[in-house]
Amino acid sequence: MSTTVQSTTATPRKILVLGATSGIAEATCRIWASQGASLFLIARNGEKLAAVAADLKTRGASFIDTAVADLDDTDKHPELLAHAINSLTGMDIAYLAHGILGDQTEAERDFNTAAQIIHTNYMAPVSLLTWLANFCAQRHSGTLAVISSVAGDRGRKSNYLYGSSKAGLSAFLGGLRNRVDREGVTVLTIKPGPTKTAMTANMPKSEKFADPESVAESIVSAIDKRKDILYVPFQWQPIMFIIRNIPERIFKKLNL
Amino acid sequence: MPDAIETEEAKQVQAPFESWGRYPTYGAKLLPLHWQSDFPAVTAGLHNGALPVGMGRSYGDVCLLKDGNLLVTTAMNRLIAFDPETGLLTAEAGVNLAQILDFAVPRGFFLPVTPGTKYVTLGGAIANDIHGKNHHVAGTFGRHITQFELVRSDGSRMLCTPTENPEFFAATIGGLGLTGLISWATLRLKPIVSRKIDYEGIQFHGIDEFLELTNQAKDIEYTVSWVDVTSTGRNFARGVFMQGDHSSRKDDLIKSAKPKLIFPFEAPGFALNSLSVSLFNTAFFHKQIHKRVVALQDYEPFFYPLDKVLHWNRMYGKRGLLQFQYVIPWEHAKEGTIAILQAVAKSGLASFLAVLKAFGDVPSPGMMSFPKPGITLALDFPIKPDKSFPLFQRLADMTLELGGRLYPAKDAAMTAPQFQAFYPQWQHFAQYRDPMLTSSFWERVTSNS
Repeated sequence: MSTTVQSTTATPRKILVLGATSGIAEATCRIWASQGASLFLIARNGEKLAAVAADLKTRGASFIDTAVADLDDTDKHPELLAHAINSLTGMDIAYLAHGILGDQTEAERDFNTAAQIIHTNYMAPVSLLTWLANFCAQRHSGTLAVISSVAGDRGRKSNYLYGSSKAGLSAFLGGLRNRVDREGVTVLTIKPGPTKTAMTANMPKSEKFADPESVAESIVSAIDKRKDILYVPFQWQPIMFIIRNIPERIFKKLNL
Repeated sequence: MPDAIETEEAKQVQAPFESWGRYPTYGAKLLPLHWQSDFPAVTAGLHNGALPVGMGRSYGDVCLLKDGNLLVTTAMNRLIAFDPETGLLTAEAGVNLAQILDFAVPRGFFLPVTPGTKYVTLGGAIANDIHGKNHHVAGTFGRHITQFELVRSDGSRMLCTPTENPEFFAATIGGLGLTGLISWATLRLKPIVSRKIDYEGIQFHGIDEFLELTNQAKDIEYTVSWVDVTSTGRNFARGVFMQGDHSSRKDDLIKSAKPKLIFPFEAPGFALNSLSVSLFNTAFFHKQIHKRVVALQDYEPFFYPLDKVLHWNRMYGKRGLLQFQYVIPWEHAKEGTIAILQAVAKSGLASFLAVLKAFGDVPSPGMMSFPKPGITLALDFPIKPDKSFPLFQRLADMTLELGGRLYPAKDAAMTAPQFQAFYPQWQHFAQYRDPMLTSSFWERVTSNS
């Protein structure tokens, strides 16, 4: 009995996933796995990474390899990325999903906490993307799909450290896209709204929270369509348009 | 990624968690478990008890813990291994039956036992030792579990199989989530060659005809009946006997975009918009114009007609609904069922959907499992506090006299003495309970005050 199901591509796509144990990344990888993709997964926690890898293998990934690594350690990035691509024997998509919410209250008191958020959410992706963009540009192919956040569209008092790190990331991705588009490389900026994952486990849930499964479906589709920017769920696009355009004089009085 | 789960207790989310019956409702802290390693760390330092819960599709209070901590397992839903030769699927306990079907059906496999909804977690299916339309041939869900891991609140982990830690294996199957957290389990799936079910619906009048049809259908895998509990006299206990087998003709395993076949009677969707219960039951009966209807239909409408109507429980309004499900042994099956149906008819508290089915004699592996040989009837009632509970007490007492018992997963009403008479092994079972885990149900039916 055949175990491959609904393989949509003739040759399995080679996908590198950074932050593979994040809720959104895991849901996305399940779709790719069921399509028979080849996956190289990187995450910090070996036990969780092994659980994710077993799940994806069972769901039909044609190849899985993993590396346990702390992506905050930017010095190790070139070696780590070269190893991953070597293991995959190439790379069609790099998917950056690692990040931390951080403790906003603590970050207001303590710069080290603030710096940690900025390092993990901005500095580390910049390091990874510099290497990955140059790799792709040289080969004139590849997609870099990166999870930023709607929180990066405007700073709010409840999470402006997280938000500003994502704002920096979104701006960086815009510039990078502008640079590598002519080299045949696609850069997708993913801006999810609040999603029901481990990252938000302790937040009171409202109807606004999206399921990681539906967010993942939109991400896979946006990558296939070579989109530039994805708000997900899509309602966040008009909402953030309004929020971005509220005059600062009014905005500073609001409790958002 | 933040290990958000590890942050201090003060930040944990307090929210109402409803069971499917929407009665009772209790506040509890929701502690989502994302990884097998989250428990018991997440409960360290908590004092007021905890209970693992899945989709919350039990009706009463077996999945509730008033002012306690609910360990929500639905994000712990990874597959661990699958062997296409044997059909053995190992998965984390929070994976639900819908997710298992999405994985298994395209690969030519099906659940060995399924209830009337696919929104049940693997762990919940084990903890309630659920049954399905094939109980007479396949027994309960627990029979198809070959092994699982049980994590206790002291951090110990136990592999449970029929031969390894057999007492915990037996206590956990049907153990209502009280023996520990099931972190993963292995389930034996059954091979199929088609998504379709060879279906036959047959009208019957009265329990005698129902029993006759049951007898004739011994070798048919799935059987269940819908009974009109509102009609009296000539039409008393009329209904539709539904039977089916997995189609043996090779056909699609992958869902087609548009369903090609129409459910022979669209009763459930229709019913939910109907204001009159008896009108519905009459319509349901006559919707099937012919005495016999034969059809080839997809497994989804056959097994899960109500899943199409998400949150159909809300039609009962804020007060909620309560199911009443009993099993009574064969020796009293006929007159007992008639007596109970008469008591229901007399009460004027009509049930929308009454489901009648014969349980077979395949023994359940669980110490506290509900099914046993005989006839089971499930009735659901909107809750009217002054009327419903006296009726439930009366029906429970009748069930007891007839040598039957009630299904904890469907109960919010039985008294402690009733429960202890239905399940005299409860004190033995209590030895295997995890000291930290409890439920509102358990507190209610074991308090003798």
